[in-house]
Amino acid sequence: MKDKKTGLFSLFFSFFKIGLFTFGGGMAMLPMLEKECVDKHSWASKEELLDIYAIGQCTPGIIAINTATYIGLQKRGILGSVFSTLGMVTPSFVIIILLSTVLRHFSDNIYVIKAFHGIRVAVCALILGSLLKLSKSAIVNSEKLIIALCALALQIVLGLSPVWIVIMVIIYSLIVFFTDKKRVAK
Amino acid sequence: MTYLLLFWEFFKTGLFAIGGWLSTLPFLFDMSSKTGWFTTQELANMIAVSESTPGPIGINMSTYVGYKVGGLAGAFCSTFGLVFPSLIVIGIVYYLLKKFAQEPVVKLTFSNLRAMVIGLIGFAFYELAYTVFLPFSTVSIISILFFVLCLFVNLKVKKLHPLYFILAGALFGLVLPL
Repeated sequence: MKDKKTGLFSLFFSFFKIGLFTFGGGMAMLPMLEKECVDKHSWASKEELLDIYAIGQCTPGIIAINTATYIGLQKRGILGSVFSTLGMVTPSFVIIILLSTVLRHFSDNIYVIKAFHGIRVAVCALILGSLLKLSKSAIVNSEKLIIALCALALQIVLGLSPVWIVIMVIIYSLIVFFTDKKRVAK
Repeated sequence: MTYLLLFWEFFKTGLFAIGGWLSTLPFLFDMSSKTGWFTTQELANMIAVSESTPGPIGINMSTYVGYKVGGLAGAFCSTFGLVFPSLIVIGIVYYLLKKFAQEPVVKLTFSNLRAMVIGLIGFAFYELAYTVFLPFSTVSIISILFFVLCLFVNLKVKKLHPLYFILAGALFGLVLPL
């Protein structure tokens, strides 16, 4: 059965929407990514989305672009990554350039401030919603729950950068893997 | 020449933007004093604006600076510079992963990394909630109620696209007596 190829414009348009409705940092993008890439187009599974986010946390480049590039690459190779990245970038580009003449006063405008407070409240709900939905795929046993809680605690209490936490998880995983193998080999 | 410099400066910034755009701030401050493209006050303004406009903050910043310095072409150069490291690095990572994804050690590591990401999302929520809902006031209590409503609808009505929540949030904010 011939597999329907992911359309380049489909990639562009989806990431355009994602870029357009991302307000705030990389995590705010997650609910949009989940809806477009996982639910709507099945370009990635929930697990793959989390994998991509993990990679995006410790690789150079902003996570939004890393994610767009990765998914585009996966679906349509280099051309796909170009279209998805362009899609992500275009709303920012257009809006900033259009607004640049009024931008100095944009963030002072009372209506903008009010609207953005409301948007941040909505984004809060969306992020928590995504967390709950995605954790079903990731928190499969108590060990994973402890890992998640430790990652959370390390950031809150020590303010550790995600990069360090990724390194710690990798070291932990290697230790678990190689000590387990030894026991099996006995 | 400026166009090349824009590309190069933002290429460096993109290369060191590990773990979020905040890690680019030292580079942006450095850029300010080295190139004179913007003052630190302007940088602070740009950050405020970039946080309030759609799209990834890093892209907003690069477009803004590039446009200010060199018009449309400048914006293209700076943004392309910022994006370029991603394209290369992700390309490499992707092909490496394709090769090694089935290795048991890689699979185990990623299952743990996924759990970690849940923790990271939790932290992002915690930080955002902290700034949005605290300190407690009438406005923040009403906001919490709206938050609970959004969360409930988000979890129950699975078909509803996040963008509607964004729009609803904007309307809610406008109506709110701030």
